[in-house]
Amino acid sequence: MAPPPVAAHVRLANDIAAQFRHRDPAAAAAEIAAHIRAFWDPRMRARLIEDAEAGHGGLDPLTVSAAALLAAPAR
Amino acid sequence: MTLIKEPDHGTPARPGEATVAVEIDGTEVLVPEGTSVMRAASEAGIDIPRLCATDSLEAFGSCRLCLVDIDGRKGTPASCTTPVTPGMKVRTQTPELAGLRRGVMELYISDHPLDCLTCPANGDCELQDMAGVVGLREVRYGFDGENHLDEPTDSSNPYFDFDASKCISCSRCVRACGEVQGTFALTIEGRGFASKVAAGAGGSFMESDCVSCGACVQACPTSTLQERSVVELGMPTRSVVTTCAYCGVGCSFKAELRGDEVVRMVPYKDGGANEGHSCVKGRFAFGYASHPDRQLKPMVRERITDPWHEVGWEEAIGHVARRMLDIQARHGAGAIGGITSSRCTNEEVYAVQKMVRAAFGNNNVDTCARVCHSPTGYGLKQTYGTSAGTQDFKSVAKADVILVIGANPTDGHPVFASRMKRRLRQGARLIVADPRRIDLVRSPHVEAAHHLQLAPGTNVALVNALAHVVVTEGLVDRAFVAERCEDFEAWERFIARPEHSPEAVAGITGVPAEELRAAARLYAGAPNAAIYYGLGVTEHSQGSTMVMGMANLAMATGNIGREGVGVNPLRGQNNVQGSCDMGSFPHELPGYRHVSDDAVRSVFETLWGRTLQPEPGLRIPNMFDSAVDGTFRALFVHGEDIAQSDPNTRHVTAALSAMELVVVQDLFLNETSKFAHVFLPGTSFLEKDGTFTNAERRINRVRPVMAPRTGKHEWQIVCEIAQAMGYPMKWDDASQIMDEIAMTTPTFAGVSFGKLDRVGSVQWPCNDNAPEGTPIMHVDGFVRGRGRFVETVYVPTEERSTRRFPLILTTGRILSQYNVGAQTRRTGNVAWHPEDVLELHPHDAEVRGIRDGDTVALASRVGETSLRARIDDRMPVGVVYTTFHHPATGANVVTTEHSDWATNCPEYKVTAVQVALKRPPAAEPAATGPVAAGER
Repeated sequence: MAPPPVAAHVRLANDIAAQFRHRDPAAAAAEIAAHIRAFWDPRMRARLIEDAEAGHGGLDPLTVSAAALLAAPAR
Repeated sequence: MTLIKEPDHGTPARPGEATVAVEIDGTEVLVPEGTSVMRAASEAGIDIPRLCATDSLEAFGSCRLCLVDIDGRKGTPASCTTPVTPGMKVRTQTPELAGLRRGVMELYISDHPLDCLTCPANGDCELQDMAGVVGLREVRYGFDGENHLDEPTDSSNPYFDFDASKCISCSRCVRACGEVQGTFALTIEGRGFASKVAAGAGGSFMESDCVSCGACVQACPTSTLQERSVVELGMPTRSVVTTCAYCGVGCSFKAELRGDEVVRMVPYKDGGANEGHSCVKGRFAFGYASHPDRQLKPMVRERITDPWHEVGWEEAIGHVARRMLDIQARHGAGAIGGITSSRCTNEEVYAVQKMVRAAFGNNNVDTCARVCHSPTGYGLKQTYGTSAGTQDFKSVAKADVILVIGANPTDGHPVFASRMKRRLRQGARLIVADPRRIDLVRSPHVEAAHHLQLAPGTNVALVNALAHVVVTEGLVDRAFVAERCEDFEAWERFIARPEHSPEAVAGITGVPAEELRAAARLYAGAPNAAIYYGLGVTEHSQGSTMVMGMANLAMATGNIGREGVGVNPLRGQNNVQGSCDMGSFPHELPGYRHVSDDAVRSVFETLWGRTLQPEPGLRIPNMFDSAVDGTFRALFVHGEDIAQSDPNTRHVTAALSAMELVVVQDLFLNETSKFAHVFLPGTSFLEKDGTFTNAERRINRVRPVMAPRTGKHEWQIVCEIAQAMGYPMKWDDASQIMDEIAMTTPTFAGVSFGKLDRVGSVQWPCNDNAPEGTPIMHVDGFVRGRGRFVETVYVPTEERSTRRFPLILTTGRILSQYNVGAQTRRTGNVAWHPEDVLELHPHDAEVRGIRDGDTVALASRVGETSLRARIDDRMPVGVVYTTFHHPATGANVVTTEHSDWATNCPEYKVTAVQVALKRPPAAEPAATGPVAAGER
């Protein structure tokens, strides 16, 4: 049986994470969060944050870290 | 306006300072060294009679009409082939010369039909003109001798005839085909009196390698090669200079008309992009504008299963506005959005994004560049500071090495390809990186030094390996890097790692390590090396990474900031550059400035009188996803057929079907309009008033040759929708829109219709610092200050071949067709490409029992279509290729959801597929793919 389709925002976020995997995790998370903040519509960001907070199994650990940064109040 | 005839100086200009003084008929003239006597005379206002000479071609010296008398020289040399020398004294008119010229003309006319009054070229024939100029009054030889008057006419080409009976064997067509176009399809066959022009090996024009660019027709001094439209409609009487609406080369044309009817499109010599050359699309394929399929009245329907009914503009616009407002009231301001079109003018695009941002009150605006060059925008901005090619087209004439990556210029950007081939014939070396053996790899007088036939999806591994060789073999331009760049050391350490070596990546790319090393050395060792790339770079899951990889490579070798070098995207559609410049992306206002920038937003808020959103809006794929999940409910689609052009058709049509309101503005009903509730008829480029910006950032005027056949300009319709939604938006004419663009966008600050009418065209940035524009960017420094090296990690695509889908499909375009084919399918160009075909390697065909011409099923994990097979070893084993010009085959039925990580640009170039024999060759391919319920 085919695996269930991955939600687009999850796939996209993981694709971004893959580009920064060579960086140290904290820097990578910051870069991923900055990219998503600059290019994603707020409703997509909200969905990502929601999934990360709910422990969505399909999210890359770097994506989860980035989502935490996105969820934090803007400094 | 009357018919424009550009001056013809007989032979090409020579570069350099005018340092050679000569006297012609008593007039002193100063010209550059190497200039012909003919041209020097012409520049002094003295026309020397000629037939075989024209200034787009090198002198040939065959007609013997341009003879002159030169002090101290024996005989009467041909002025076209005689260069000036200091102090030379020339006489162009003497009794002896007059006699000689009359004698020559007598011979020509003795073997020419005397049908001037009924000839289609009457009034536009150089032979006729020269007979008058030399004072020919009689032909002493009579007309009964041996002649060519019964030579047949070749009417095989859909657009022009070759009437051999009128040929004077001047070779202008043959030379134009070689020198200007670079195809070498024509030749002079036979010797002496039997000499005649032949296409290819003596067959018809259509059977030859002729690409129907029109250069031969342009060059012909008689009616031998004549546009059929002139034969049918008569000689045009007026010209309007405008810009082609096909590819991103943006050629300037004279639309030549009788009344309001376009007789022919003639490439404009003063056009900065094309300098008098053209391709089959721009030159001949304009008939779609008057095609009976044009929908000229607005139409509405309640459900997509209902029939359309025509309504007036007021009703249609009111309907759109009411439905948009109603949806926003029920689902929120962000539930609607719009897509701008790269086929429309800057002014129209600006109007649509303004409507979305100010009247819709959100940033849900995106453009079809999303699915082509959005990674260029991201990649070049990250590294160089702005989303733009670095060079003008002319720059290629100074390149010593040309690296073409993922582009097929002879098909996609043919007029630029002709410039490139000219430089290659002069000796520049060529490297092609492409899975497919494109024509440039080996064609007449052009052969790539290296064809890096990489596996689809491995661009980044390839460019990293090229850079690895540069770094590890001491080929870095350290002075350039130290003075102009930043973050080099970290990048150098990254790229020098063993995993980036050609040997390490050979197993990934399929490119032999030694070949790749040799290519890297060639590129890095050239005085001037230039990169040109296309959608074979951008339409990958690592498209943005690859753009940055190429930018790194150019910086590391110092190939930025002067003629002959650079990183140059070959843009697909006529106004891709412009639509991006005009603020079509959901995160950027005009001029590539982020919506979160308070200072930039305030410029627009002050002018527009509305508060703008500081957060990015939805990109096109996000709009589709949000439509499927129910949060995005209405879409204004301006001049784009997303149901045919965007990937994973099933997903696109599901999204369109889920929306409450889809508004399509286009020339024709199309695949997307099958899902639309409102159809607003659009204007063709012949009716538009505005500007296009081509791939070299050249802003060119698009001038209307007739009033809008729909009764309204597209920007007017957009304004009226905005007004009906309660936002006052009004301009009196398109020039006022450009004035607003200039007022709000620093790179366009110096642009106006008035300036464009004065100087022809300008390349942005055009402002106080560069009032006449900027042909080459990053000359003294990068737009962002210092060029930034970015570490480009190769992350393979998730799309992999499997046992079920063992082949990789990649897509592209063909010379005669354009994108989804809405325009070119409605012209004579279907003679060359009536359907999309699947190219596959003989091995892949044989193991599947497929013969050339068989209909095959092409299936991926998301869909299946069918089309005819063409067996061709252009493709490597395991890779198949098709075009996407015909909705009947619907190539995007099989392409997937994978996209560039940074921009969401779809990964059209890598789809795992299977191919299977479907039916014998005689059967027609089936039209398949998802369709709207009730539509078929």
